Amino acid sequence: MHELSIIQNLFEILEEKAQEKKAKKIIKVRLQVGSLSGVVAELLQTAFDIYKKDTVASGAHLDIEKIPLQVECRQCGKRILKDDFIFVCSHCQSSDLKIISGTELIVEKIEMEI
Amino acid sequence: MKTKEILVLEDLLGSNKKIANDIRKKLTQQGILTINLMSSPGSGKTSLLEAVAEHIRNAYKMAVIEGDIETERDAERIRAKGIPAWQIVTGGACHLEAKMVGRLFPEIPPGLDFLFIENVGNLVCPASYDLGESLRCVLLSTPEGDDKPKKYPKAFTTSDCLVITKSDLIPTVIFDIERTKKEALQLNPKLKIFVTSVKEGSGIPEFVEFLVSSLERIRS
Repeated sequence: MHELSIIQNLFEILEEKAQEKKAKKIIKVRLQVGSLSGVVAELLQTAFDIYKKDTVASGAHLDIEKIPLQVECRQCGKRILKDDFIFVCSHCQSSDLKIISGTELIVEKIEMEI
Repeated sequence: MKTKEILVLEDLLGSNKKIANDIRKKLTQQGILTINLMSSPGSGKTSLLEAVAEHIRNAYKMAVIEGDIETERDAERIRAKGIPAWQIVTGGACHLEAKMVGRLFPEIPPGLDFLFIENVGNLVCPASYDLGESLRCVLLSTPEGDDKPKKYPKAFTTSDCLVITKSDLIPTVIFDIERTKKEALQLNPKLKIFVTSVKEGSGIPEFVEFLVSSLERIRS
């Protein structure tokens, strides 16, 4: 359960951005969370709701976009969306794959009241 | 009321990654190979380090950073072998972060060859945190079961090597070593796998050889 620790990092970013833009409060936060990011979106949501009290984002809504794992095969060049983490190309069986997306753990955008 | 939407695109682990990259750069420049050991509690990280120490102590200088939620016990075990060790007591946190390792920097002696970081026993959370290591090793002990790689994929997909420990227990526990190897390689085709038993001494020389060749690689 390192989601709380990640939410602490999020709030450092939120406080910094709010100060930078002289925002009264933050209304909405959007994250991108990859399926291979190692964190659970639902737990991030819970941690966010616990942590937000008495902060600049106390009334904010957290929106999480889940990014599936997408790989590109270096042998046949095909792109594949994976719902497991088996690094084998479903077209040519090669295991020489490059990760295109799915490891994200990113603050995408913030909506604030100024 | 005026609202404004700003595009941020910042990595939530960006501050950790920045510190980790600094650590890696400094340690690599000094010719030190840093190894992050990750696994469940009780899988044998400290025992593996004790066994590795016996093999390399005459030819190489090593030191150990121990991470635990509580107690200095692991660092004491390593110090008892005459090897410098520092204990990070996280006081509840389930993983080490780069800044915790960074704080110990002034204490790291010059002329070191290997710096081992024994992470908090946990097969989930440590996998998300780069500590500035040059080599990441995941351990899996045979009593934990052969089905673990697919249940805990991130620890295996982000590692350079897998050390299967307590292989001497295979006759008594249910553990299909070929299944573990196959599933781990499906998750990470580049994974180097070592089958070890500290009790019997098997597999340790091969693992040590891998560490030494990795040290030579960062120094070349």
